[in-house]
Amino acid sequence: MSPVILQILTLTGLILVGAGCQESPTTHHSKRKLVITGSSTVAPLMAEIGKRFEILQSGVRIDVQTGGSSRGIADARQGLADIGMTSRALTSDETDLHGTAIARDGIGVIIHTSNVVSALDDGQIADIYTGRITNWNAVGGADALIVVVNKAEGRATLELFLKYLNLINTEIQAHVIIGDNEQGIKTVAGNPNAIAYVSIGTAEYDARREAPIKLLPLGNVPATLETLRTGTFPLTRPLTLVTKAPPSGLIKTFIDFARSPDVHDLVTQHFFVPIQS
Amino acid sequence: MIWSRSTFLSPSNRDRLLVWTLRGAAGIAGLILLFIVAFLILEALPALRTLGLIRFVTDPSWHPGEEFYLMLPMMWGTLFATLGAVVLATPLGLLSALFCRWYAPKPIARTYRRFIELLGGIPSVVYGFWGLVVLVPMISRLHPPGPSLLAGIVILTIMILPTIALLADASLAKVPQEYIRGAAALGLGRWAIIRGVVIPAAKSGLFTGVILGTGRAIGETMAVLMVCGNVVQTPQSLFDPIRTLTANIALEMAYALGDHRSALFVSGLVLVGMILTLVSSAEWISRGRIYG
Repeated sequence: MSPVILQILTLTGLILVGAGCQESPTTHHSKRKLVITGSSTVAPLMAEIGKRFEILQSGVRIDVQTGGSSRGIADARQGLADIGMTSRALTSDETDLHGTAIARDGIGVIIHTSNVVSALDDGQIADIYTGRITNWNAVGGADALIVVVNKAEGRATLELFLKYLNLINTEIQAHVIIGDNEQGIKTVAGNPNAIAYVSIGTAEYDARREAPIKLLPLGNVPATLETLRTGTFPLTRPLTLVTKAPPSGLIKTFIDFARSPDVHDLVTQHFFVPIQS
Repeated sequence: MIWSRSTFLSPSNRDRLLVWTLRGAAGIAGLILLFIVAFLILEALPALRTLGLIRFVTDPSWHPGEEFYLMLPMMWGTLFATLGAVVLATPLGLLSALFCRWYAPKPIARTYRRFIELLGGIPSVVYGFWGLVVLVPMISRLHPPGPSLLAGIVILTIMILPTIALLADASLAKVPQEYIRGAAALGLGRWAIIRGVVIPAAKSGLFTGVILGTGRAIGETMAVLMVCGNVVQTPQSLFDPIRTLTANIALEMAYALGDHRSALFVSGLVLVGMILTLVSSAEWISRGRIYG
């Protein structure tokens, strides 16, 4: 075999390895280790809570893996993970699982700070996302084409946003499709005519670090931690920990810890609202 | 014959050890590939069984949440981005190698070669980030929305340019001095020597560089994911956003379940198919001559 062919085969192998690396969490049943998988919105917070928990309970390991809310549900159901994370409430066909809310987050619409538009009503947002409004001047902005940023399949943020606007994903006319919140924020920060929707927690966190983005009010309610706390913001979601059986033992200890005032500072740091138990 | 193979290369124990080590290593490399392909097929089977091949080209769109699995636009996306990058990077790489070998003064050539090597060593996610914050806004000013096939082509061109340029440079260096002296003795000028003698003699190396560059462009994921917009559609112009097969896998794999997940393995298989087609067409074009 000539060297070229060999090299190309190696290359193919590398691509395939990339495609195939889909690691499932280890099913470890010694309860000194907790595997937690799911929502990328909850994961960073959970990793921090896990670290603090490991310090308090010596010998316990908390393993946090990201994979979206659907994966969190599926892994908890199949027992691949001890705890699943979802960034939405459990639905009616998920009643076999036990969910515990640990914090509250909202989904907010973001645009570039240089955009003069300061508010959009729900109908306008729906029209922008379905391609009926394509220019910012139709909603009081400059004469520029709107760049619509949508989320990729399987994200809870996408599901909730569509449900709020009464749309289905096939109706959306997007120009950019993003994976996680950060990519959405970078896209809007780099494009003055873009519009996206992301976790309010992540948006606030980045806006404080001088990302040129602004959160628009939704249904006339400003997207702030305050309106999330009082419950007036229309598009909120509970960040939920999901277990197959009612939590007991170490799992219960951990979930109780994740809801306790001991971690409220971490929850607030991530710009989520702690659940007052 | 005194020089028969058996006396000249009498197999000692050490030789035997070496031969078996080499055979083992080659076997392992081959087996890994086979395992990966088998795994891919195994994971793709459920989707192939329940959906069938035809739905990947006849469904109205790619919306796995609503059970639509159209893969064709992403194949076009991969193909157009790769083709565009290769068409741009090949002449650039060749010219850069010619400049380096034949026209640049020694110190400049050495510095220039270092730069190209450096360019080849930059991780793809860095290219992607640069594309996202510099290139995409630039294209967006030219023609909105910005993330587009064009952005993908430009990023891929920059990424495969070093591969093509360095391999071309190396193969130009390997052209025997006698050829060049002979050509010079015939009174040919520098360009005539390059065109008539050097390039034909270095053809195989140049071709190898292009094939490797193409392979890299097909397989590139992260940078393309960041600059192409990832909208599943067949591009009508250079400024339309596209999604490539690799970006599709990276974007959705962690979030996919059931048929959706299996369908992503089908796109992995399609990628393997594309690479195999590339390799075999390269074999066919050269038909044994070019690697000689």
